[in-house]
Amino acid sequence: MSWSPETVARAERIMQRYPERRSAVMPLLYLSMLEDGYLTDDGMREVAEWTGLTPVQVKSVASFYGMFKLRYTGKYLVSVCTSISCMLRGADDVMAAVEDEAGVPHGETDDDGVIAVEHVECIGACGGAPAVQVNYELIEGITPEQARDLVRWLREEQPDKIVADDLQERFGGTRSFDWAIRETEGAVGPFPAFGPYGTVAEEDRS
Amino acid sequence: MTTTTYPQVLTRRMTEHPADSHTLARYEATGGYQQARAAMGMTREQLVETVKESGLIGRGGAGFSAGMKWSFLAPPRPSYLVVNGDESEPGTFKDRQLLERDPHQMIEGIIIASVANEVHEAFIYIRGEYPKPARRVQHAIDEAYAAGYLGDGIFGSDYQLDVTVHLGGGAYICGEETALINSLEGRRGEPRLKPPYFPAAKGLYMLPTIVNNVETVSNLPHILEMGADAYKALGHDKDTGTFLFSVSGHVKRPGNYELPHGITWRELIFDIAGGMLDGRELKAWIPGGASAPWFVPEEHLDMPITKDDCGQAGSMLGSGAVIVMDDSTCMVKAAERVVRFFAHESCGQCTPCREGTTWMQQILARIEEGHGRAVDLDLLLDVSDNISPGLAWPPKMTTICPLGPSAVSPVTSLAKYFREEVEAHVTEGRCPLG
Repeated sequence: MSWSPETVARAERIMQRYPERRSAVMPLLYLSMLEDGYLTDDGMREVAEWTGLTPVQVKSVASFYGMFKLRYTGKYLVSVCTSISCMLRGADDVMAAVEDEAGVPHGETDDDGVIAVEHVECIGACGGAPAVQVNYELIEGITPEQARDLVRWLREEQPDKIVADDLQERFGGTRSFDWAIRETEGAVGPFPAFGPYGTVAEEDRS
Repeated sequence: MTTTTYPQVLTRRMTEHPADSHTLARYEATGGYQQARAAMGMTREQLVETVKESGLIGRGGAGFSAGMKWSFLAPPRPSYLVVNGDESEPGTFKDRQLLERDPHQMIEGIIIASVANEVHEAFIYIRGEYPKPARRVQHAIDEAYAAGYLGDGIFGSDYQLDVTVHLGGGAYICGEETALINSLEGRRGEPRLKPPYFPAAKGLYMLPTIVNNVETVSNLPHILEMGADAYKALGHDKDTGTFLFSVSGHVKRPGNYELPHGITWRELIFDIAGGMLDGRELKAWIPGGASAPWFVPEEHLDMPITKDDCGQAGSMLGSGAVIVMDDSTCMVKAAERVVRFFAHESCGQCTPCREGTTWMQQILARIEEGHGRAVDLDLLLDVSDNISPGLAWPPKMTTICPLGPSAVSPVTSLAKYFREEVEAHVTEGRCPLG
């Protein structure tokens, strides 16, 4: 109904990858978030039509998973890992710095709708602890001061896309391992940047 | 991964060619896809037998033989292969490195596993918080399709194999294989009862399904290349091949290290990971991911690291995540943080887990804040006993899956090694470590 022709084409390609259409629920929920910024009731109804489920079944799936946001979570979702390995290396101070600088506590979005803050469980960056993600793009080895700089930078610059390598260079420190080459692909909103889901932005290389 | 004294297998390419180990060009220039090509000319039995002989143990944490898992696959076709890249247990970050730095190694393993099990459709379930690894894997898959290594008629044969990346939605429980299958079917990631829902018999869409971890699959090209005997010789006794340790916490050089089993914890923590930060003392470590009971230097430092030794000492090597804590660490806070994880990630199906983990987290939090009562440690053990009767290891369960019993490990570890520290929190009304 409301999806753009590009999103509809992507949804069709995704459906072809699965033997049963119900399996496309999660990928289509990501498409829906790309369309609306978060999961709206209309968006979930659309996913239900594609997958042959009822809207309530779709919502039941969406509400199970932490990354499917049922309300607006800002242009930039700042997720601070506070699980054990990050906690041991000072994650609670990073979280406090992010909350203070953003002016909102865990689970909330600032008044301008720019920055949302959450603490999350392990994001697989334990060797580069403490770690933070912005729209799921990773920064390892961040200090509380760098975390403040990050929040200020996001608010002032409001970049169109978030690139892990870029953030790591500006605000990061020790990494879990060498990431090798610099990549230009990045996130266009508070959902994982992945080509087939249409959620990835690439730099104009011309 | 900078160890020089032990042979590197899975991490060799990324170490020697850091700039482009993830590309098809580099992969093929270093011998890549030769084993998948060779597998096309082998029988299913030969392939399954080779993997069985290699003694390859699944690297997802349960410690089960990969070849045996394959041989359980029930006859009805089609069958599916699902690669578990949902790595989410606190302390574990090895699969992220394999996905990001050598995706073709995993894809070649997928081809071998698929041919061995007559699979024509494979899925790679990657956790949603890993977009960069997922992008690298997708690029590698695109390269493999373009080269004719995936799709219709792979390597010029009439064999068809399709591979699809599926991103998770931020739920640790989907690393449990039946929960992962539910998730891949577009359902809530709730584990299924085993029996009857063993994936090898009733898996994805109720059809026979193999679920293997990223590291497990990545081992397959090497097993074919060097042969089962040489692969076994890389390891130590029953623990064949190399093993990826993820070391984090208060060490000077955290990171992933590819090592043989049989070295000691002292060697791992003090030599390989560089020893303790800021000259502090080692207090305890979690040997095999957040769900493992803890080890302490007085008892375990000179113990060889093998699956059996860890098991006999009442813990496990799991997925190889080693979390090191120094003497500045409040053990109550550490336990609270681990239990909080399981409380957050409980899927909610089973009452002992859903209610018990949350209750335990609240008790630990109040002890840490200085509001604990003298009876609280016994209460914690009582709640634990309702999740995991007898508090034995390996744990008994009142739950469908092991997530609930995993939350018991920090509590039994506190009671066993740090009872005085817990009691000091209660009597002093604050954390004795300040």
